[in-house]
Amino acid sequence: MHLSDLWFIAIAVLWAGYFVLEGFDFGVGILLPVLGRDNTERRIMINTIGPVWDGNEVWLLTAGGATFAAFPAWYASMFSAFYLPLLIILFALIIRGVAFEYRGKRDSARWRAGWDTAIFLGSLLPAILWGVAFGNVLRGIPLNAEHNFTGNFFTFLNPYALLGGLTTFALFTMHGALFLALKTTGDLRGRANRAATEVAVVAIVAGAGFLAWTGFSHRAGTTTGEGIASVVLAALAAAALITAAVANRATREGVAFTANAVAIAAATASLFTALYPNVLPSTTSAAYSLTTANAASAAKTLMVMTVVACIFLPFVLAYQAWSYWVFRRRVTARPQPAAVPVPGPPAGPVTPPPSPAPEPAPKVP
Amino acid sequence: MYHFLFVPITIGLGFLVAGFETAWLRTGHERWLRLTKFYGKLFLINFAIGVVTGIVQEFQFGMNWSAYSRFVGNIFGAPLAIEALLAFFLESTFLGLWIFGWDRLPPKVHNACMWITATGTLLSAYFILTANAWMQHPVGYVYNPKTHQDELASFREVLFNPAQLAGFPHVIAGCFLTAGALVAGVALWQLMRPSITEQHALAFRHALKAGAITAVAAAVVVTFTGDLQGKLFTQHYQPMKMAAAEALYHTAAPAPFSLLTIGSLNGSKPIFEITLPRLLSFLADGNWSGQVQGIDNLQQQYSAQYGPGSYVPVIPVTYWSFRIMIGAGLLAALIALVALWAVRKGRKPTSKWLLAGAIVLPFLPLLGNTGGWIMTEMGRQPWIVYGQMKTAAGVSANSAGEVLTSLIVFTLLYGVLAVIEVGLMLKTIKAGLGSEQEPGAGAAGEAAPFELVY
Repeated sequence: MHLSDLWFIAIAVLWAGYFVLEGFDFGVGILLPVLGRDNTERRIMINTIGPVWDGNEVWLLTAGGATFAAFPAWYASMFSAFYLPLLIILFALIIRGVAFEYRGKRDSARWRAGWDTAIFLGSLLPAILWGVAFGNVLRGIPLNAEHNFTGNFFTFLNPYALLGGLTTFALFTMHGALFLALKTTGDLRGRANRAATEVAVVAIVAGAGFLAWTGFSHRAGTTTGEGIASVVLAALAAAALITAAVANRATREGVAFTANAVAIAAATASLFTALYPNVLPSTTSAAYSLTTANAASAAKTLMVMTVVACIFLPFVLAYQAWSYWVFRRRVTARPQPAAVPVPGPPAGPVTPPPSPAPEPAPKVP
Repeated sequence: MYHFLFVPITIGLGFLVAGFETAWLRTGHERWLRLTKFYGKLFLINFAIGVVTGIVQEFQFGMNWSAYSRFVGNIFGAPLAIEALLAFFLESTFLGLWIFGWDRLPPKVHNACMWITATGTLLSAYFILTANAWMQHPVGYVYNPKTHQDELASFREVLFNPAQLAGFPHVIAGCFLTAGALVAGVALWQLMRPSITEQHALAFRHALKAGAITAVAAAVVVTFTGDLQGKLFTQHYQPMKMAAAEALYHTAAPAPFSLLTIGSLNGSKPIFEITLPRLLSFLADGNWSGQVQGIDNLQQQYSAQYGPGSYVPVIPVTYWSFRIMIGAGLLAALIALVALWAVRKGRKPTSKWLLAGAIVLPFLPLLGNTGGWIMTEMGRQPWIVYGQMKTAAGVSANSAGEVLTSLIVFTLLYGVLAVIEVGLMLKTIKAGLGSEQEPGAGAAGEAAPFELVY
């Protein structure tokens, strides 16, 4: 295997990690105005992702940095082509990141409402746009002989890519709902559970449609090992997604969340294997497509990067997993020091049966 | 540049906050805990903006500078990717643990989280400055004419670029100067409030000393490393930068240092100018009568070497940013010294001038940092990679409309965020350490009864 192939896999893993992790915190942001009925509930929701969202976002930065270093031509063509969508994503991520930090810093309902909107939009827009962007990468975009983009913003708005956007939106929202069901108590937990069931229908239909469309029309190799792997991974993703929905119905929250994480990771892997050996196909002429071979850095750079990643990645995974372990408990607004017995949460319309304790910490892939 | 307003505060303040927390653990005095929380809040407000504007940095090379990215990605991409892997994960994960871990982690582990976060910011600075140093003084590469790309020859050379080894300590010392000045300025202002209680005054007295000593010590390091860097660049890497910063048109030996000029900087006789004879020679060469090359001579030399074109940066920008950098830095150190003197042996500062000093103190290093940044980046023009690629050749093929849109979006967004950030900082600073009645004891401080932080 070439080092460039290894880095293609590494970048696929980084994106999968990014979608699995930031997927749920996007979902929580999208559900904030839907599930959070008062300020306390909204604060609980934000606090479930509070310690981890920033670390989750770094997966994206690392994916971007790795693309720059390992495939400069891919990085340059893709980021300049997706100029306006990326601009919107950046805008969204900026207001969202600031919102988490600033929301509680001033005691005013208007102030909080403004930041709540920022969190909602800042989560919603990237959740949709990442799907649209991935759809367009798989479908290919008009690139000329210099690998420069010759289309415009409307080039990106095709049915296939928009279905991709709907898929990521539904998947991430469901992921967020499952995460909330896992991390909260009482009434909020019950509502999160029901929201996950509702959005699961959309996620399954859109996801199956998008992956099937990819398999039939946008797979680079139909008989190659990667092409076949792509179909297998898509099937795995579908099975995991259905498992997640079923487990959620049975309020097996740990199982549901883990299964959905597997679904997102498998779907991402399916898309990357479908793309291989291209990294950015050109719809103008196949000869202008960027591939793992013609977009990669020279061997020396790839070697240095491989050594660095092999040494440090295990540490990163270890301490991120530890951080999830530290914050494994459910989040409540009640006093924690249990000198006085803490009264149980008021019984809401739906009282989910107690899940097997202790809850497993979400796994970092 | 906007990013660089916030980052130096973050880098320096992280270490100071970690130090306050350690002091609390060592002495058990509650005032250190209160200071940790107070300055920790300022740190977080500032960190948020530093982070989100950092995301833009990671993306914008591909968006706006795609030709540049293709050309140098082999070398330039690696420090960026490594920065994300080594530094960003460290900062973000351990800061999350610090914010939310007050009642979940043993105190020592909690304190270690802030030390690790601060180290993460330092690592991050190292890698991004490595990338920048490479643009200033490219090393460790070979040009591949077939792919029209620079390829990596030695990663060690890139990582330990002499331009980086000189520049990094200068920037980091600047960060400590910035954070020290902020801590000291805020503490001094609090001390001079008529309403301050005995206990709070004691706490802020400690903060003032810690901040001011940090600032003064950092200023000394800034001066020496700056001098070192100046000599290195003037003698070897970019003589044009110093010539432009000095508006020195003709090669001179010995060369005077211009303190202040009124009138045009276009080489004609200025209306009024104060110069210190021979000082520039000393700064550039370490020798009171050394030769310093002038703009006109360098322009001739470069035209012959790289082909026709202008190789002169915008002189008034480099000239004045250089002076702002030095002036603001020195003034900040001076105010910090005066403040230290004013509180010696338990004295209470009262002078109106000192109050004004407390208010400008935190802003001066920001001005100095910005001046330094502008001077080093503008002084490199017209090059994006010195001697390799001109800035104009590095841009993407995107339409002017798209670029203009992004420029407008970011200008507006950053403007609004800056107003919000400063507003929040001021509110936090005014709120001070909190009232005395609050249950401050215990590891969790005032956050104890509730789990919710945000």
